[in-house]
Formats: sequence, C-alpha cells, structure tokens
Amino acid sequence: MVTQKKSGKKDPVLVVVQLSGGNDFLNTVIPFTNGIYYDVRNYVGHKEGESLPFTDDLAFHPNAEPFREIYKEGKMAIIQGIGYENSSRSHFRAMDIWHTCEPNAVATEGWLAKVIRELDPNSSNPLTAVSFGKGLPRALAAPGVIATSVDNLDNYGLMTSIEDNTKRMANLDVFSRMYTPADEWMGGRHESGVVMNYLANTGSGVLQGADMLKDVPSRYKSSIEYADNSIAKALRDVVRVHTADLGTRVFYTQHGGYDHHAQEMPAHDRLMGELSQGIKDFMADLEEHDASEEIVILVFSEFGRRMKDNGSGTDHGSGGGAFIIGNRVNGGLYSEYPSIDPSEWLNGEDLKHTFDYRGVYGTLLEQHLGLDPTEIVLGNFEQLTPFK
Amino acid sequence: MATDKALIAHLYRRAGFGTTPKLLEELSSKDYDDIVDDLVDIDKINDLPDEDILSRYYPQLHSTDNFGMDNTKWFYRMINSKKPLQEKMTLFWHHVFATGWTKSEQGPTMIDHIAMLRNNCLLNLRILLRDLAADPAMIFWLDNCENHGKNINENFGRELLELFSMGIGNYTEDDIKHASRAFTGWTFEQPIPLYPYGHFKSQFIFDQDDHDDGEKEFLGNKGNFNGEDIIEIIVKTDACAKFISRHLYNFFVADEPQIPAWSIEPPKDQEAMDILVKTFLDSDADMKEVMRTMFKSEFFKNSMFKRVKCPAEFIASTLKLTSEIGPKDSRLSGLHGLSTVMGQTLLDPPTVEGWHTGKEWIDGGSLTERINYAVDLISDMENVGSKFLVDSLIMSDTELSSEQLVNGVLENAGHLEVSDQTFEQLLDIASKGPSVGNNNDNEDVRSKVIQLYTLLVSSPEFQLA
Repeated sequence: MVTQKKSGKKDPVLVVVQLSGGNDFLNTVIPFTNGIYYDVRNYVGHKEGESLPFTDDLAFHPNAEPFREIYKEGKMAIIQGIGYENSSRSHFRAMDIWHTCEPNAVATEGWLAKVIRELDPNSSNPLTAVSFGKGLPRALAAPGVIATSVDNLDNYGLMTSIEDNTKRMANLDVFSRMYTPADEWMGGRHESGVVMNYLANTGSGVLQGADMLKDVPSRYKSSIEYADNSIAKALRDVVRVHTADLGTRVFYTQHGGYDHHAQEMPAHDRLMGELSQGIKDFMADLEEHDASEEIVILVFSEFGRRMKDNGSGTDHGSGGGAFIIGNRVNGGLYSEYPSIDPSEWLNGEDLKHTFDYRGVYGTLLEQHLGLDPTEIVLGNFEQLTPFK
Repeated sequence: MATDKALIAHLYRRAGFGTTPKLLEELSSKDYDDIVDDLVDIDKINDLPDEDILSRYYPQLHSTDNFGMDNTKWFYRMINSKKPLQEKMTLFWHHVFATGWTKSEQGPTMIDHIAMLRNNCLLNLRILLRDLAADPAMIFWLDNCENHGKNINENFGRELLELFSMGIGNYTEDDIKHASRAFTGWTFEQPIPLYPYGHFKSQFIFDQDDHDDGEKEFLGNKGNFNGEDIIEIIVKTDACAKFISRHLYNFFVADEPQIPAWSIEPPKDQEAMDILVKTFLDSDADMKEVMRTMFKSEFFKNSMFKRVKCPAEFIASTLKLTSEIGPKDSRLSGLHGLSTVMGQTLLDPPTVEGWHTGKEWIDGGSLTERINYAVDLISDMENVGSKFLVDSLIMSDTELSSEQLVNGVLENAGHLEVSDQTFEQLLDIASKGPSVGNNNDNEDVRSKVIQLYTLLVSSPEFQLA
C-alpha cells in the first residue's frame, strides 16, 4: 500500500550518504590557520591558499566549493568530531557499529531497519526504505523487515536479462504464485513452513517493490544534469523515486573509495569534487521538484584517519565528521572540532571524538522523523539542535 | 549395488558443490557407501585442477593485496576439484574459525590461513587446532601477538574455548586465563614492512622468552602446560565432541539456531548428535571418521532440502550445473563480487562469530541477485551445461506428458523436489504450447523448456540444499 499524503505537510524523509572506507575529515574540513595541520600533513595536505575558507579558521577541501556554497546558504550543519569510545579501526566492524548502534556486541538489527518497523509495522510497503547500490546495508537489515535494494533503477527487478517483455511478464506472473505464502507447504522434503514463508514474503516484497518502481524512470523529468559517477547517479535515483511519491521515508546511498592508505591526494580530490557537486545538484533537483522541505541528508563515514600521513596516504584513525544538510537545517558548526594538538591525540595518533554518533542519529530520529530514538539507538544520548 | 541418483545428488550438494547429470550417471552404478568413502578419503586422489594455467591467465593472483583473486581461485576449486569434500570442509572450518582479511596487516597471511584449513580439514582435530593456534592470520586476528608471558591478552584463549572448540558454559574464567598463559609466546616474526614494496607474509614463531612456563590449572588438570597440552585436554572432552558435532550438523545436515543460542536451545536431532559425538570420541577426534559416519547415517540421508544454500554454494553449484568452467573462463573474476552482494565475502567474514546462516542469507537484495544470476546462466544456450539440460529433454525418445516434462526438469537440475504449489505452476506451463520430446525440435519447443528451467531456478525451493 502506498502512503499517499492527502494534504498539508509532506512526510519527512531521511537520505543517508555513506562514505565508505573512512573519510579523511582533516582534509575535508581543514583547520587551515593551525600550524600543526601543516606539520602533520606534510605530504597529504592542502596548502594555505588552496583550501576554501568558510570561517575564520576552517576551510573546505579545495574541490568542495559546492559545499562552501551550501554552507553559506545556511543549509549545512557540520558535526565536528563524531565517533564513539574505543573506536574500531576495522572497516567492517566499524561499519557494523555505525549500522547497529552497538559498539560492544554483535547486533542483528540495523538502526534504520528499526525505523522501517516503526514507520510501517505491517510491512505494507516494501519501498519504505530504498537503498541504491549492490547489496543491502546492515543498517537496513533486521528479521522480518523488508527493505528494497536497487542496483540499477532503469533495469530493476527479477529476471531482467529476459529481453522479451511478454515472456518476462509471464514468468513474473508464475513467480508471484510460487511465492505466495501458504498455511502448509505440501509435497517435497523441503524445509519447514517458517523458512518457506519467509522466502515467499521476501520474494513477494521484491516483486511488489519492482512493480511500484517500474514506471519511475519514465515519470521523472529534470533540467539538472548530474555528473557521471556513482554518487551523483545514486542521488539522482533518490530524486526519481522520491518524486514518484511511493511512500519512501528512508533512502540509502554509498560513495565508495575513501580508504586512502596510499596515493590519497588525487583520489580524495576526485571524491570530494564528486560528493560536493553531487549533493549540490541533488538539492537543486529537489528545489526544481518542489521537494526540498521534507528532505534531510546525513553524510557520514565509519571513521576518520590518522593525524600524521604516511608519506602517501593516511591509515585508519578515529574521530571523523558528519554533515546534516537540507532546507530545514539551521546551518553552522556543531559540537567541537577535536583538538589537533599532539598532546591531546587519542592513543598519541588520532583525533578524539567530541560527540557520540548515536546522539546524531537520535537528533535525526526525534527532531526530523518524529520517532522516539531510545529503542533504536539503544540508549539516551545527547542531541544537537540543527533544525530551524 | 546401484544407488538412487537423488541420494547421490543430495550427498554432493552437502559434501561438495553440486553435481551434473553426467556425473550422476557415472556414480549411480556404485554402492552408496563407496561413494562416501571416495569423497572422504581425499589422500587417495591426485588432483591439481589446472591451477598453473589459472595463475598464468590471472596474473593478479600474484598480487600481494588482492584477496578477491584468491576467492576466484577458490571458486574454481569448488567447481572443478576432484576432492569436493576438501573444499567444502575448508569452507566449513572457515565458518567456524571465522578469520578475516579486514584485520590482517599482512594480507597474504589470510591466503596461508585458508591453505592451512584446506591441508588440515580432514585430519585429526588436534592437528587442526594446533595449526590454527600457530597461524599468523589467527594470531593477529585475535591478538595473540599481544599475549605476553608477563601480561596476558585473553582474546585468543577465550575464543578458542568459546567459539572454536567447546562453547560457553563448559569452562570457567580461570580456565580462559590459564589457557591464555599457555599460548603466550605463540606469535609471528616481524614481517617485512608494508612500505615501499607491499605486503609480505608473516611466519609463526614460538618465542620461548615471552612464554609463561609456570604451572597452570586447566579444566581440572595441573601442569606446566604449553598450548599443545591445552588442545590435547580440550579434544578429549565431551564438550568438544558435542560442540564440533553440532557445528557439523548445522552446516552439513540441517539449519539450526546458531551458536549464541546453543546454551539455551537443545539440538534439533539428539539422536543424530549422539551418533556424531560417539564417533568423535571413539576415533579420538578423527574428522575423516566423523564425516564418514555422518554421510552414511540415516539422519543424513533423510535431511534433503533442510538447508538454505550459502552464497558460495549457490554460485558454485549453479555454475557447475550450467557451464563448464575452465581456468581461462572470464566469468571467474566476477564471482568474488557476486558472493559479496549475496552477503558472503569469503576470506572476510563479518566477525569472529562468522556468518549468519540459514534463512538469514536471504533478503530482498540477495534474493534478487541469486535469482537473476541463476536465470542468466540457465537460459543462456551458449552454456554447455544449460544446453545439455534442454537438449536431453527434447531428444527424449517419446513425447513427454506434462508431468513427465516437469519431472524431467526437476531431475536434470539435480533431482530437486518442490512443493505442490510450485509443481502446479510448472505443470501449468508444461501443459501449454507445443509438446516436448520425440526429437521435436524448434524454437517454440526450446523456448518452453528454457522457461521451465528458468522458473525452477527462480522458485523458493531452489534456494534450498
């Protein structure tokens, strides 16, 4: 069932942009007036005059001019020094911690999956959450929760290699009957009904989601020309699905390649350009579709990187930064930038986080989506006030 | 005595990575117990499946930090090895002793880790556990390199007992401390630094100076134990026999709740557990004997389709059925990424607890990937295996009834069984359009047979093994 708004205010929507690999926050929001920055970032740093100042002592990465523009428009909240105690340096473990809100144990429920459960307790809409890219992120996975993972929106669904559309439709028709949950699964020595019905529900969800999404590409028109890269493509897909009004409340996108142990400068330069321009175009596109007011973007990464570069790149560190972006946002700096004074480095080599990531989730859940965050982030954490 | 092909297909789904109609034909004249023995006694088979060609065709295999390529090689082995149980057991132990590339400063040691599992997979458990404790990837993964004579790190000692051999509730916190002390000094040599030449393997060393040689008390035994003594005590316990048996049952026989639930949930089939435990104890932890007993037992034979295929099984068995994969096949290099989007990155399990198995393998995204992958393979008549599946029905001597046609499709695809619900859907398709068999060959007939296979590999039952 599609949630159609009858009138008035539109439902709030959250768009998550995950920077995978551990973004180098120190080179994203640069303390450009601090001599220590230039000392520790001898090789992997940006010279004064190249970075883009936006306050008296902070500058954006040289390729992130679109970020500076968004900041100046007052639509970007920068959360400086986000993290948690005993930050994990393992990508997977760290991502898991961000995705499940559980730093000290292995959890099975993603935080956004719990959001879906709150928003759509009967799993009536498989598109309540849509992720773009390969595979479903852990954040959206939990037993009994259906989320849709779209790799290619223009060719999404089952049996997409079958070119003859009549044949494909005939097959999908049979598919829907094979995947109908049943009281009893007679015949064959297969697994129990619980497993069969789980498979049936999942298959039906995929089919229903694909059916709802099939007209989306043809319904979208825009004057915005996005660049040709993965994050721009994913953000464009968010607008395409959002403006189709299918009841999606959570979108998930990923921008990969931030694990810069070596050759960081050219690689990070490219990513910063892609990311900031992609978000800028995304916001303009929303504006064009009169869809800016209900959307808030969270940009995060699983960890920051080591203070000192290794001559070519930077190794895994802690204490990164996050961004909350949108028309609703009261732009500015939030929480403190971690001290870059060597005497205050965590373990003698890292930025120490100044704000717990679960408080940022809580802020978005309570103040944007209107949900009680306690059960979702597993506790009560200090929140920010980044909204108008 | 000849053996029912359906039973052989079942055995090969579990003890290997599936089968082909041709292989089933070859094996069906043999006695079932002999087929099991041939699978288990891997030392009697000489087999190096063209891996020299593979490594020449994929120079990336010589790269020092690209584990996707090593997964390519592993998939090649799963599909082509003459010792399928060796690859399956390696995967089994990789599930149990989940160690990953993510935390391995010297990546190539992960490749050695898998090779160690492969070499030891069907030997005595005490040998496997000893080599596991002396494995540099494991040592780094669970910080045993930080486990010093004067200052113990319990990470490895704890997981050895909790996740690798006995399970929670069978030892005390003191046992963990004493076991950890026994493994002090089990570390690796300082490897060649990463910069500027890249990743190098590290080698195990026993550092006598860093080893605590004092008296320990472990599970009621006292002595100046070293790590090997601890393992010797472990493998003689009932707890170890039960623990390994339950893991084997869950991986090879039927999906069960996973290890965190074991202290609460009783085993699905206590009788089966008793048989496995007894064999383990009687053979003094000889894995070959345990596997032999398991595959020959009635509970195993009666366990058809009681498991959800893991992505590696799904990928390898579907390829094996539909294609012949030589060492130069370019599709090999895509399998690592494919298994990742299906939720299983080999050589990089999510945590030391391994993967969540059973129905947790399935979500909307992974189900879509699985179905689309299988449909692509089976509907492409360039694939020799897929073409054979279609041809063999068309070339039937007689015209097939609708039921014969559906049963033929199920048999060819590995003697699969489906629910009445699915069978009726297939029957409905089979009853429409041109008749199949009697060498009646044209575009419409082929299209209909391909459609039946396409629907079968899209069915919920095809997710099961």
